[in-house]
Amino acid sequence: MTRRETSAELFERFRSNLTIRTLLKAIQREIKPLNRSLRIMEVCGTHTMTLHRSGLKPLLRETGVEMVSGPGCPVCITPDFYHEAIIDLVTSRRNIVVATFGDMTRVPTRKGSLQTTVPAAGSEIKIVYSPEEAQELARNRPDSEVIFFGAGFETTIPAIAFTVRQAASEGLKNFSLLGALWLIPPAIEAILQSGEVTIDGFIYPGHVSAIIGQQAYEFVAEKYGLPGAIAGFEPADILLGLLSVVRQIRQGQPTVANEYRRVVTFNGNQKARQLMAEMFEPFEATWRGLGPIKNSGLRLKKEWQSFEAREKFRLRFEAGRPHPAGCRCGEVLKGLIDPVECPLFARSCHPDHPLGPCMVSYEGACLIEYKYSSGAKRK
Amino acid sequence: MKQISLEIGSGGRLMQEFIRDKIVRVFNNRYLKPLHDAAFLPEGLALTTDSYTVDPIFFPGGDIGSLCVNGTVNDLVVSGARPEFLSLALIIEEGIDMPDLEKILLSIKKAATRSGVKIVTGDTKVVPRGQADRIYINTAGVGRLISRPQPERINPGDKIIVTGPVGEHGLAIMLARNNFRMSSKVRSDCAPLTFLLPLWKKGALWMRDITRGGLATVLSELADRLKHPLLVEEEKIPLSRAIRGAVEILGIDPLYLACEGRALIVAGEKEAAQILKYLKKNPASRQAAIIGEVQDRIGRPGEALLRTRSGGLRLLEPLTSELLPRIC
Repeated sequence: MTRRETSAELFERFRSNLTIRTLLKAIQREIKPLNRSLRIMEVCGTHTMTLHRSGLKPLLRETGVEMVSGPGCPVCITPDFYHEAIIDLVTSRRNIVVATFGDMTRVPTRKGSLQTTVPAAGSEIKIVYSPEEAQELARNRPDSEVIFFGAGFETTIPAIAFTVRQAASEGLKNFSLLGALWLIPPAIEAILQSGEVTIDGFIYPGHVSAIIGQQAYEFVAEKYGLPGAIAGFEPADILLGLLSVVRQIRQGQPTVANEYRRVVTFNGNQKARQLMAEMFEPFEATWRGLGPIKNSGLRLKKEWQSFEAREKFRLRFEAGRPHPAGCRCGEVLKGLIDPVECPLFARSCHPDHPLGPCMVSYEGACLIEYKYSSGAKRK
Repeated sequence: MKQISLEIGSGGRLMQEFIRDKIVRVFNNRYLKPLHDAAFLPEGLALTTDSYTVDPIFFPGGDIGSLCVNGTVNDLVVSGARPEFLSLALIIEEGIDMPDLEKILLSIKKAATRSGVKIVTGDTKVVPRGQADRIYINTAGVGRLISRPQPERINPGDKIIVTGPVGEHGLAIMLARNNFRMSSKVRSDCAPLTFLLPLWKKGALWMRDITRGGLATVLSELADRLKHPLLVEEEKIPLSRAIRGAVEILGIDPLYLACEGRALIVAGEKEAAQILKYLKKNPASRQAAIIGEVQDRIGRPGEALLRTRSGGLRLLEPLTSELLPRIC
């Protein structure tokens, strides 16, 4: 009997040099007749991470594929005014517990970051790993108001929805949500409509697609005539996706390919989608860099308003505040420039002292470029 | 910065800056300035000190007692000194259980015996409940120099050796805290490195114990001191099966996870082969491997680069933001 393959060994097959070289050659063969190089946007920050962490980006460039990072980092696209509103609250009111993900605490705004904020007496900022952990805090601290400040895409939203529903059924009254909840397809459409970026095709997110399914991107092929493929997060996964995109371009047949079939289905996760639809409604949300986009954000529906921190604490969102002078996060998020083209990159803006959120988040294009690219900067 | 943030203690670049700008500037003298793991004193002595605040105090593979001996011993070993004497200062929170304290003291004794060091002086303080978290320990160690690290003699073609699988201490602590509600067979590698002492006579040019910030941070800091870039091969870096599985699930880069019983060694090509042979014979370093070399063709001076399993090249930066405070 053969030994069962461990998870780690399984992953390694998606990274091996032989697999990668074979796929790169196949991509090269498809590109050759086109006689030009291609610009493909990877929408998701985790794909950006894989491309850099595995060293694929320079290899792809040699092959004729220039990868452009998209808006797929929830921390990055959340405008400062969310942070500023919560900072105002936690510094002025007692017994508030703001529970949030680690990288959210480091985003610099004009009012400082949650990390440097000194909360009012009895108030606190806690780093959590999941919305459930925030809810647990609320159960254990009945005298405090616990606000879960969460940023996320379709991947994270169902879990957040579940927590709120759970809180409602338990009658947990000291728990609320400040959600910066974003939807990927409207953002893709906004980028295409702006016409600012030249893109030959898309690598669609893997985990977001596990929720929303292959069907969610059909408009890109049908309305805009652009090819795309859903891909997983291993180097071989991304190359498989790219091979499909390049093939679609060569054959002149744009579609939505699913190269992450071990996880993604055509319609996505029905249960998760139902839960989202039950609890949230879309609204015109403002994205950093992209501005207001129709139906691109989710907020709790009327019947769940008692869990909406924005209502509960009358949070004031003051939009339109300028970025730190010179910060070009917005253009990075749209794929208009590479992080190295920002005048602040690796000079006044670096991981120890980030000036924009793209240098804060683990999925931020600037932090990823800084951490993984040889020659990207010199101290 | 008006207040101290946790990141100052992470072992990454912020801590380096803090030490340089706030500590060295104030106490500036020729023994402090080189900022080695230990200070080289007259008469061939080396002195080092370390404080231990690990949470939890008992973890798979060790406890704060074994850690406070091995950590200090290892700093002496990689500085080229044979550890001889240790001081032991305990800061204890009121209310800690006596059996726990006794267990820690016993573990200190065992670790000291194993490394051949004597605890020769100490101090005990008890602080009111809530003013410390159970127990903190400081140890200082004195050792006799048998050699000196020679980073100035490192040249292209020299080999980089790691003495065993990396990341086990960091992950063991992370899982012991149970924030992830996940269990694993990973145990801390907490152990003395005294068995490396003979390597100073076998041509080791430089050694460093891999602690906070992990292998990537150690490599990056070494590259920063050298005129030539470093290149290591991901495929050759030893990782245990348990670590491989866990880091995939948690999305953590194992190259940034701490060890407490592993070292990085640089030596010439010929010497490296002999060193590896020696290491492979020792049960504590059976999985030692040559993972890369000093470069003169690829990369730029100051860079530590990784050839990934997929065949691409990427930079290894020092750890910047804290993965987890209080791992040692």
